[in-house]
Order: sequence, then C-alpha cells, then structure tokens
Amino acid sequence: MSSTELRRTALDATHRALGATMTDFAGWDMPLRYGSEREEHVAVRTRAGLFDLSHMGEITVTGPQAAELLNFALVGNIGTVKPGRARYTMICREDGGILDDLIVYRLEEAEYMVVANASNAQVVLDALTERAAGFDAEVRDDRDAYALLAVQGPESPGILASLTDADLDGLKYYAGLPGTVAGVPALIARTGYTGEDGFELFVKPEHAVGLWQALTGAGEAAGLIPCGLSCRDTLRLEAGMPLYGNELSTALTPFDAGLGRVVKFEKEGDFVGRAALTEAAERAASRPPRVLVGLVAEGRRVPRSGYRVVAGGEVIGEVTSGAPSPTLGRPIAMAYVDPAHAAPGTEGVGVDIRGSHEPYEVVALPFYKRQK
Amino acid sequence: MSNPQQLRYSKEHEWLSGAEDGVSTVGITEHAANALGDVVFVQLPEVGDSVTAGETCGELESTKSVSDLYSPVSGEITEVNEDVVNDPSLVNSAPFEGGWLFKVRITDEPADLLSADEYTAFAGA
Repeated sequence: MSSTELRRTALDATHRALGATMTDFAGWDMPLRYGSEREEHVAVRTRAGLFDLSHMGEITVTGPQAAELLNFALVGNIGTVKPGRARYTMICREDGGILDDLIVYRLEEAEYMVVANASNAQVVLDALTERAAGFDAEVRDDRDAYALLAVQGPESPGILASLTDADLDGLKYYAGLPGTVAGVPALIARTGYTGEDGFELFVKPEHAVGLWQALTGAGEAAGLIPCGLSCRDTLRLEAGMPLYGNELSTALTPFDAGLGRVVKFEKEGDFVGRAALTEAAERAASRPPRVLVGLVAEGRRVPRSGYRVVAGGEVIGEVTSGAPSPTLGRPIAMAYVDPAHAAPGTEGVGVDIRGSHEPYEVVALPFYKRQK
Repeated sequence: MSNPQQLRYSKEHEWLSGAEDGVSTVGITEHAANALGDVVFVQLPEVGDSVTAGETCGELESTKSVSDLYSPVSGEITEVNEDVVNDPSLVNSAPFEGGWLFKVRITDEPADLLSADEYTAFAGA
C-alpha cells in the first residue's frame, strides 16, 4: 500500500510539524513516536502523555431496541450498562471466535457508541448491521464523525480539569459524560489502554487541532508530551491488556483468551455465539486449552510475536506480544502456553529467540499495576 | 543531522573510520539509529572473529524490531565496544562517537563504500 492511500487523521499536519515518525497502522498513517518511545512510555507512567487515537472506529447504535440489539450482537450484558457508563466487551462469530474486542458507551437511554479497533471497524459495522435485522434500532457508521484524543497518566486529571468545568472527580473509571473541553463539545470518557488513570476525548474532527494545542499548553508544566503508538503498545503490554491480532483472533473464543468473564450467559434472550461459547466454557473448565501467561526475560534479548515457547526441548507455547519493558527494565512477553507450564514460577521455560533458547520466568499478568 | 565528512559509509548504514595502523572503527549512522528507534540490545562479534564485507556479524534490537548488523569490510575484529553492550542507548545518543560498535583490522574492503555526501544522498537524510 502506498502512503498516498493511507487515511490521515485530522491531526496529521500537527504530527508532521512535531517531527513524528509515522507508520501504517490498519490503513491509517499514524504517529509511531515523536522522539524516544521509551521517554514517551515513562512520561505516561510518571506524568502524562497525549495520544491521537482517531483511527479507532466509532459506531452509533440508537433506537427503542438498541439495548436488545447489542445484547443479541455482543457477548456482554449491555442492557445493564447505565447511561453515562461504559463496558469492555466482545463481538463473536456464531462459532464463538472473537471478531473484535470493544468498548461500548451508553450515552443515553437509547443511544450507544461502540468503539472498535481500527483493523476491525468495518467487520464490526457489517456484523452489527446484519444482526440488527428485526430490531427497532439503527446502526450508524460514525468513524468520520469523531477525532479521538487521549490524555493518559497520573497528571492527566489536573491537566484536563484546567480546561473543563465537567465534574471529573465524579467521573469514574469506565464512565463517560458529555462536556466542554477548551471551548469545544466533547464526550469525556475515563478510559484508556495504558494501565494509568486517564481520559479519552471524542470530538468533532474540526476541533481536534485546537484541542490538541490546548492540552499541550495545559500539560506543559506537568511534563505532558505527545506519545505515539509504539509506547501505547508497551504500556498496554505491561498492563496485561490484550491486543486484537496478537492475543485475540477469530481462532480463539473469549474463554481461550482467559477472558470468559466478558461472556454473560445469564442475560435475557439469545445472542450470537451462545451455543458455541457454552461448549467453549465447559472445555475451558474440564480440558483447558493453552493459557495466556506473562513471561519475564532473565537476559536482554526481546521475544517477538510468533516466537516459540519451549521447555525440556519441546514447544509448549507461542509468544503473542513482546517488548523491552521500560518499567521492569527487562524484556517481557505475553504467550499462550500449555497448562502444565502456565503456573507462575514454573521452572525451565524459555523462548526460542532465533535459534537460541533464552530463559524466561513465568509470571501472573499484569506485569504492572498502578498504585491507586 | 549530518554525516561526518571524514567517515565512509555502506549502503547497510554502517560507518567506517579511516584506518589507524590498519584498524578502522565501525558503527551505525544516525539515520539508521533514528530509523530503529530506542536500541535496547546489541550483539557484537567477538574479538578475534573474522568478518566478511556485507555479511551479518551481530544484531541490533530496538523496541519494535530486530535488525542484522553487517560488516562494511572484511577483516579481523580487534576490539568491541563493551560500553554499548552495557548501555545500548549510546547507539541513539552518540552514533558516531560513544556508540561505535567494533574495530576491525581490514583485509579487504568493497569498492562501493560511499563518501559522506554520497551517503547523505543515498539515505535521503
């Protein structure tokens, strides 16, 4: 794909003026990093970072039966989400395979915003549209209606508070409220993908540059810096958060990914994948598939997605994500491994790094949890 | 960024110093270091190893990727930079100075090494 075919966010010129290294991410030309990705990572852990996440795919679902539609189309109990709150959930195929992981915001009694990964936004839109047949609800493609900026890190509440009258203290984790930030209307959500406190701000694309500049100015004294997708990946990896395409795929059910808790069998009515997921839940309990674990390197060589996990000369698993961890100071990875080797502290586990078996310690996820 | 005039360059983005007593110093260029991002692991050849121009002799690992290290010339390794093994960020912070990688006693060098100006044009940087 040539660069002229990549989609550009409303902040494209801003990123280029900042000297960002850009990368093709799911068909979007996105900032990978502005300077050192390690410094950007540390800024989010200790101060604050500013992200452009406008590639994420927003889909609005409205109408009297919006809740019923989402309860049918997704695996979570979306009808119980209160207006102003959000929920992490998944959309699966009839065979239980994960199509995407999602955050669903209930904006009003009969209005939801579904936020899909950029790489899956079209798939999710198509599936929701198809599954909406027979429901009194409308599925609307709002990908071009929003720019998405995120302020993440311990200083982010103070920075945002200086630009809005919204009640941030009353805004809980996984909640969202409409408000005004730096003079522009925004949906203010206390969500993120970094393992830190922080906010995601959905605004009209024409307001993105002004809001970016306002946040940059408001955050300067607190040490806020612009942050790219490279540090977003190491931040979410340290926080043990799955990434679609790495830890999640259509070949896995939520139970295979250790995320069976998002599947709500007790909700009313049928939902897509119920029968297959019921079987997957029983299989996971009686004959567990591979288990998603954390690995911490004893050496300095970095495991990468697809590398084999080995023990006693046998392949016992596969790395799904790996990176040098700025917080731990050592390489870390998430990997699916056979249950016999999944317990934290299991001896003799290694990763085949280009032919050399490097020793790794099996640990519980996440690698990093912030102090609250 | 500017590529020092007194060095010569390979198309694999290594630099090579002028020889002193037949020994030249090798590193990677600032252009290459910026493209890699933060370097977190450096594997270098060992003193006494023979290296061949254009062939891999180690690896450089950054946050996002791992890249082979190529020798720009053929010869014998006489010294490696232990500082950069212990602190790979030197490759990013001082690619032409403290971030040098190894010294090699040259037995043969390819004819297509580039001047600073030629490399700048080649790398577009």
